[in-house]
Amino acid sequence: MPDVRQSGAMGEAFVMDGGGIERLAAHLLAEGRSVVAPVARDGAVVYDAIEDPAEIARGVRIDSRPGHYRMERDGTAWFDHVIGPTPWKRFLHPPRETLYSMTRSDDGIEVEATPLPQASFAFLGVRPCDLAAIGVLDRVMTGGAHPDPRYAARRNGTLIIAVNCRVSAETCFCASMGSGPRADAGYDLALSELGTGAQTRFLIEVGSAAGSALLEALDVAPATEADLAEARWNAAAAADAQTRAIETEGLARDIRAAAEHPHWDEVATRCLNCTNCTMVCPTCFCSTTVEVSDLTGAHAERQQRWDSCFNVGFSHLHGGAVRQSGRARYRQWLTHKLSTWEDQFGELGCTGCGRCIAWCPVGIDITEEAASLRRTEP
Amino acid sequence: MLPGVGRVLSCRTEAPDVVTHRIAWDGWEGCAPGQFNMLGLPGLGEVPISVSGGTRTPGEVLHTIRAVGPVSRGLAALKPGAALTMRGPYGRGWPVEAADGAQVTIVAGGLGLAPLRPVIRHFAETARARRVRLVIGARSPADLGFLQDYDDWRGAGIDLALTVDHAPPGWPGRVGVVTDLISAGPGRTVAYVCGPEIMMRVSAMRLQALGVDAGDIFLSLERNMKCGAGLCGHCQLGPVLLCRDGPVLDWARARPLMMVEDL
Amino acid sequence: MMIRDLGEVIGQHRLFAGLDPAFLDLVAGCSANRVFRPGTVLAREGASFDHLYLLRAGHVGLDVVAPGRGRLRIQTVGPDDVLGLSWLVPPYVWRYDATALEEVRAVEIDATCLRAKCEADPAVGYAVLKRFMQPIVERLQGTRLQLLDVYGTPR
Repeated sequence: MPDVRQSGAMGEAFVMDGGGIERLAAHLLAEGRSVVAPVARDGAVVYDAIEDPAEIARGVRIDSRPGHYRMERDGTAWFDHVIGPTPWKRFLHPPRETLYSMTRSDDGIEVEATPLPQASFAFLGVRPCDLAAIGVLDRVMTGGAHPDPRYAARRNGTLIIAVNCRVSAETCFCASMGSGPRADAGYDLALSELGTGAQTRFLIEVGSAAGSALLEALDVAPATEADLAEARWNAAAAADAQTRAIETEGLARDIRAAAEHPHWDEVATRCLNCTNCTMVCPTCFCSTTVEVSDLTGAHAERQQRWDSCFNVGFSHLHGGAVRQSGRARYRQWLTHKLSTWEDQFGELGCTGCGRCIAWCPVGIDITEEAASLRRTEP
Repeated sequence: MLPGVGRVLSCRTEAPDVVTHRIAWDGWEGCAPGQFNMLGLPGLGEVPISVSGGTRTPGEVLHTIRAVGPVSRGLAALKPGAALTMRGPYGRGWPVEAADGAQVTIVAGGLGLAPLRPVIRHFAETARARRVRLVIGARSPADLGFLQDYDDWRGAGIDLALTVDHAPPGWPGRVGVVTDLISAGPGRTVAYVCGPEIMMRVSAMRLQALGVDAGDIFLSLERNMKCGAGLCGHCQLGPVLLCRDGPVLDWARARPLMMVEDL
Repeated sequence: MMIRDLGEVIGQHRLFAGLDPAFLDLVAGCSANRVFRPGTVLAREGASFDHLYLLRAGHVGLDVVAPGRGRLRIQTVGPDDVLGLSWLVPPYVWRYDATALEEVRAVEIDATCLRAKCEADPAVGYAVLKRFMQPIVERLQGTRLQLLDVYGTPR
């Protein structure tokens, strides 16, 4: 147990009252940051930039099942809504952005760089699965020989206020993936909601110097042993409530060995190749480049846009696509998440958020498909 | 990943749809044989094109382009003086040092000769040229590129053999598939193979049947590439990101991946 | 040339490499060592299949003549190749023209003689057939590759 001091060193824990969330958001807004927080909108919990702390979703719960997502008004808790459809990658690795522009003239081509984003995000309410996913994205986008400068610029300016989960949705399986329901690193501050109604408090754990500096603006007291115990108990209860799981021991090896498993044909009969799972997945990073030019052709922009391995054109090679069948495309997606990601980046590409299960229009469940693929046929 | 601007200095037609551009580009510092650059045109897009010459000449690079898609058609049609966007080099090329102390067999099918040209030049300039057998296959005599290089390569001592799949009347050379010309040994042989994927598979199996170790057979693979830098996910071949881990892989690694349909 | 020497020559060809001397002598009993000048026609399409050749040096062009398209070269064969793979298949007729492109040195095997020895001793026949399967399958695979037109631009 860390020695609790008012100084707010890393690893130390504090508590604030329920209204502290709005004070925190107000402070971040006052600092000039773009504060992205859960907002109840369009029947879902959506992460979006807020202008007023009152916009933060409160008193909502979600019912998330295969092919099903409903938001319901219930109680006054701040963060019992688990996750929404929007992955945080939307802000760090946006769906479309202009890389640079080009102007043709008689003298040739002039390339003009799009200025690097001057982002100063504060992500308020990042769940442990999503926090892990941001870490996975960091290693993909900035861990190699050619880091993406735009991603790096946004990421470096981003403050992360994580929120540990005390409720699990039916689609959650973070506990089996080792990414939740409690975050242990990668945040500036990690909050755990304690109590309900008038007794609502937040346990605050400090993960960085920037996080520690925020404490000044909040009215915090040292956490008690009881606060810490309640937070631990809540997280354990959320983990226990999870009904879905993927056994990660030997997972990459088993999926690699299943390349010709007949089950791929069975999934292919259900999968619509709609790309939903890749859009809502917090780690799916694939992109394509698109040329956007004016009518004269003298001016063109090279834009980067999200792409999906479920698009036939994704694997286009002069002549045609390599992955012609839905079977091959679903195999590519699942195998990448649960096996080849490890070969490519040293870890699995799934953090157990369960979005792909909820937002699949036909309710395909990655945990069930993985289990089926590990079963040898009779 | 901001591209620079290159300018075409000269063009040479290699075959009906194939042209080699000599390109001046300030940003070019040379590369390893087998690496590639991303070449682009505003409004059309970018494509990965292997370096067919100029691996050691800063400021000047050769690219051989086959007009097959909208971008490559635009690039192939460029005339001297025309500008294009350039960035690179990317990927891992041919491991020429693997051939130290060994016989060398180079197998080129069609335009596969382009990325192999820097390797051939490398061996032609070393005392090892006499231990190199180069076999070139093409669809027809008109599709044989880089004709002006053949005399230089032979002059350096390289054993060069050519064959075409289809010959018009009067063709004095060999007719048949390139795999028929493949030989290996005596002793350890290291092979560099480039061409259409089917031809590479058959060649690699032939080399293996001749006793060449799978780890000594190198192939250059091709998949859709958008970024060239390991960030866009398009060029995945199972566990491999070809732009980052390839395009050159050895047969021991490539074989299990090439044998899975639609991977 | 002595028969025994011819057996050794035959044993040096890829087709029969490694087979025992008794077998090689048997084949040598049907064989002759030949040298053909450039331009020599070794076979004509439609002609009776009297001999097959184990090529030792020089190349041979295999042509089919198509009215209006001229003389089409379908393949060239050279050292360590076999000219005449269908010697065991009735009606024992050549399906292409074969012309020496250079000075060609070859072991010429009397097809009727070899067929008779294979008929007389099935063990010999099976040994011969097994060895011929290798070039037959290689040529089939090569022909497939040519058919696939792998260098062509996909449309």
